[in-house]
Amino acid sequence: MPRNSTKQDEQSVNVSKSRTLYRLFRYLLDYRGRIVIVFLLMGMTTAISIINPLIIERIINVHIADGNIKGVISLSILGVLLNITMIMLIKLRMYIMAIISNEVLVKIRQQLYEHIQTLGFKFFDSRPTGKILSRIMGDVNSLKDVLMNSVTTLIPDAITVIAVVVIMLVKNPKLGAASLWSLPIMMIAIFINEGKAHKCWQLFRKKNSNLNAFIHEDVAGIRVIQSLNAEKETEETFDELVNEHRRSFNKACMFSDFLWPIIDLSWSAGLIAMYYMGMVIVGAGQVPVGTLVAFGSYIGMFWQPIMNLSNYFNQMITNVAGAERVFEILDTKPELSDNDDAIIPEDIKGEVCFEDVSFDYDDDVPVASDIEEDADEGDSDGWSVLRERAASGIENSSETEKNNPHTSVVMAGSETQMCKVLNNVSFKVKPGETVALVGPTGAGKSTIVNLIARFYDVCSGRILIDGNDVRDLNMEFLRSRLGVMTQDNFLFTGTVRENIRYGRLNATDEEIEAAAKAVNAHDFIMKMEKGYDTELKERGAGLSAGQKQLIAFARTFVSDPSILILDEATSSIDTHTEQLVQKGIETLLKGRTSFVIAHRLSTVKNADRIFVVDKGGIVESGSPAELMARKGEYYKLWTAQAAV
Amino acid sequence: MKKKRYYLLKYWYLYVPAVIGLLVSEALDMVSPIVTKGIVDDVIRGGRQELLMGLLLALVAVGIGRAVFGYLKEYTFDKTSFGIACEIRKHLFRHIQKLSIGYFDSTNTGEIMARLKDDVDRVQAAFGYIGMLTIQMVAHTIMILYCMFRISWKLSLFPLIALPICGIFAVIMEKKLDKVYDDISEENAEMNTVAEENLAGVRVVKAFAREKFEIKKFLKHNKKYYELNMKQSKVWIKYNPLFQLIGSMLTLLSILWGGLMVIDGELTLGELAAFVEYSANAVWPMEMLGWLSNELAAAFASEKKLKKIFDQKPVITDPENAENADEVSKIRGDVEFKNVSLSLDKKDILKNISFKLPAGKTLGIMGATGSGKTTVANMLMRFYDPDKGSVKLDGKDIRELPLSSVRGSIAGVMQDVFLFSDTIKENIKMGERNIGDTVIEKALESACADEFVDKLESGDNTVIGERGVGLSGGQKQRISMARAIAKNRPILILDDSTSALDMETEKQVQKNLNDLGKITKIIIAHRITSVCKADEIIVLDKGRIIERGTHDELLKKKGYYYKTYELQIGNGPEPVGQFA
Repeated sequence: MPRNSTKQDEQSVNVSKSRTLYRLFRYLLDYRGRIVIVFLLMGMTTAISIINPLIIERIINVHIADGNIKGVISLSILGVLLNITMIMLIKLRMYIMAIISNEVLVKIRQQLYEHIQTLGFKFFDSRPTGKILSRIMGDVNSLKDVLMNSVTTLIPDAITVIAVVVIMLVKNPKLGAASLWSLPIMMIAIFINEGKAHKCWQLFRKKNSNLNAFIHEDVAGIRVIQSLNAEKETEETFDELVNEHRRSFNKACMFSDFLWPIIDLSWSAGLIAMYYMGMVIVGAGQVPVGTLVAFGSYIGMFWQPIMNLSNYFNQMITNVAGAERVFEILDTKPELSDNDDAIIPEDIKGEVCFEDVSFDYDDDVPVASDIEEDADEGDSDGWSVLRERAASGIENSSETEKNNPHTSVVMAGSETQMCKVLNNVSFKVKPGETVALVGPTGAGKSTIVNLIARFYDVCSGRILIDGNDVRDLNMEFLRSRLGVMTQDNFLFTGTVRENIRYGRLNATDEEIEAAAKAVNAHDFIMKMEKGYDTELKERGAGLSAGQKQLIAFARTFVSDPSILILDEATSSIDTHTEQLVQKGIETLLKGRTSFVIAHRLSTVKNADRIFVVDKGGIVESGSPAELMARKGEYYKLWTAQAAV
Repeated sequence: MKKKRYYLLKYWYLYVPAVIGLLVSEALDMVSPIVTKGIVDDVIRGGRQELLMGLLLALVAVGIGRAVFGYLKEYTFDKTSFGIACEIRKHLFRHIQKLSIGYFDSTNTGEIMARLKDDVDRVQAAFGYIGMLTIQMVAHTIMILYCMFRISWKLSLFPLIALPICGIFAVIMEKKLDKVYDDISEENAEMNTVAEENLAGVRVVKAFAREKFEIKKFLKHNKKYYELNMKQSKVWIKYNPLFQLIGSMLTLLSILWGGLMVIDGELTLGELAAFVEYSANAVWPMEMLGWLSNELAAAFASEKKLKKIFDQKPVITDPENAENADEVSKIRGDVEFKNVSLSLDKKDILKNISFKLPAGKTLGIMGATGSGKTTVANMLMRFYDPDKGSVKLDGKDIRELPLSSVRGSIAGVMQDVFLFSDTIKENIKMGERNIGDTVIEKALESACADEFVDKLESGDNTVIGERGVGLSGGQKQRISMARAIAKNRPILILDDSTSALDMETEKQVQKNLNDLGKITKIIIAHRITSVCKADEIIVLDKGRIIERGTHDELLKKKGYYYKTYELQIGNGPEPVGQFA
């Protein structure tokens, strides 16, 4: 899995601009009715704005010339009334458009967020958090103006342009052609220019995302930075990223702003050609004076909306890059998803069975033999992974890859088979059994438990819970019946109570306290300023690592799982507290299948069975006493730990 | 925040080409109708064919001039304003990094991100097109007013009255919007925080299958954001059309009044027509006024947020007469805590901690969860200053040493391992860029990380995920240890940094650390095996030292340490059965 670092630009999938815009504007279709009203309102305001100059003309040419005071006053009043009406209509139109564009924005953002929730760890593991965040926030926000101005600019201006063109060509084709000759050249110029601008804006959004990711990591890792005295260095990196951001902006502006001179020049070219045609080529006297004067003003009427339209086009190009980034995520298929006929059994008894399970984190494509096996078993996952790869992976633009010499693009295939994280692991755990996984770091212990919770799918083999393949179980159900406590005991901002309740949303306050007592967290929680109602800071800042672990433990405890997975759950807790916690765990473990990973063997010695995991496989298994007697790997670990 | 004026003053010269471009293109805009009028009046109507070529050439010149200067204007304004925003962002970043840990303890990451990105972006607008349009608007208005006055001073009273009315509306609207934008900026930061937490805690979210819960939580903020944006729209819709209305009323009133004047013979019809045309031209700046005050309100609201951060003073700073930072090379590594007490949020964290650790010796710290072990390390790195007592390095109070010397002489391995999403090599280099490859390799070796790093696809050039995702807990700890070892600093702090290592690896690491030479070590751990070889071991409980001595001395005391020993090792391999 190629992993993206903060400073590298993300790879982008090439999608045609028109498709992206089509998708964006399709959101507006939900508001068909209201958009029709907006059209009507615009029609009315346009009508009034056409009548307005007529009234003024009439006042000046007729009434004032005639000295008709009454007429002047009455028409003025009419004008005032018309203008007030127009303002009301405009207000209404603005209001409707505000609702539509803000709602679409909320919808897109929510959809994006919901979709991100369905994505698997591979998605999150492969990119910095700040980059995902910049899509949810900045990229979505960048769409606001495009949506807001879509209906209101596009349609009336387009109508005006067409009307003026028709009038000019009908009135005098030669003069008309002369006035418009520069239009196609302008359009080609703009088209080429915007193509370049679009690439620049894409880059700009990537740089924007890099900056966001860097800020995120810097703030999250500020302790490390300050302790390593690395502020100077991060400042330099930050400056570099800011400068890249600026350069990409400047370059994009260079093209985007170029729109104005293109229009200005074409405008002048049309005007000059029209006069030249009228006066020199056709010859003086051939064209009526009035027509020439009128054409002068038509050209003005023609270019103003062209300017608006081009401006909108520009805006669209600037922001379509944001839309692309949003849709790219929406198009990312979750690597794990429920089958259509996913099973929701009544309960999980807790029998866990691994059958020839092999797994590698980098393995995006199952090797050929794996696919065949999967297919034989009527399992669709292998194929869907392949299809996904074919659909998205290949389109990755190779350009960005070249820019990132550091990236290690990890190729899946036969060579990685040798260094798979897990190799043909098989075991069976009875309901209610407590299994401890021990072994050197990086041996694959966490991977085994991650697979039980289906955080990843196996490459080959299968995992059965109560006889059901985990891939056939409803994922939400499976995970809600598992109590997984990972090494990463993340706490949320909110009260202690809310954090524990995260384990089971309908847990009562009593149950929460009981869970806290069971894991021996109650005492220190009560010593906090507001007890269970104390607001925790981000990630539990201010608590010691052990205290955080205890709260996370209570959270798992309260979830009342059928299968309990404790991955280094007590590593930051001192031995005395651990003893007390152990007692709590014992009550929790009763009747539940559990997997315990720990390095301190004192933690695991009361397990029913111990698996010694090494190099992606189980090298030894048996009860603690058996393994001690066997004097194998486990014995070695014990003696190493006991030797002081 | 450094005043906006400061930034404007600092970069005024960058605005020179922009303003020149603006003024020239604005002037050319005024020339263009004169040339057109010449063609219509003199050539077409007047029949003076000989003038045509000259006038057409003039049109060409005006067109090209407008294109060139217009481009100059747009581009330099964009460039300059973005450049200034970048400067603000850099200043803000430097400032934030200098803030003390206490600030980060109480401020959410998502919020700081929003400030550095979105709020700076909004302030940028104030330096860019807002400034540009203001100048343009003022210039335009003055020119039009001048033309109007030349026709009739009486009629010019209308725009003179209308303009301040528009101004008042603009101010009222700005006031109202200011509040809304303040809330929007706040909600933006909050939504960012919620999303950030969700992404950062994705493992927990998935483990508990809480996706729906998270979606609901986000929806609440998303909705609030929508409501605030609608609130902004409502204020905008309430006031903005007024500017347009005033503009069109202005035209009508001029006609009404002017018409009466024409009838009275005070004004010619042609003059009135010209005046009406000018007043139509005056509508544009009025509409612009409304638009500007909207943008300004947004910029001001964000600027206030930035100012708040700039007003935060770092609690921990260099001493006023800081000695030369070169001191760092001279620090040998004698550490002393003298009666150190600390309380945070009115809670006592450390009480009367004293120990002396001569250079090259090792101190082990044990104790219950939350007893203050990590705080001891934090205080040595001067993340917090003691309320009472002093922390000394080579006999000098660390508050009298430059901060960079203190932290520059300590290499810490934190309990909460944080790795950056970059290559392993870059991670290890962090803090000292000029570390050579051989040093990195050696450090990886000492931390027992060489073996698994070599197995990675690109060795130490492999990019690791944020916080080291993809690596096991033990692997992360070892890289974090290599990062500290590579710095070759006189003091090394290991805060529970081998907890995820298996025993054999831990032993090897310890042996390697001892081979590193004369380094002062502070080892915080729960495992007896991690600390038993230390020259002194202190046991903390509720912020106090309750036991101290060497391994053997402590075992004899039969206290906390002894009990821990018993639990972990004492009842060794044999008694397993009794637990089964």
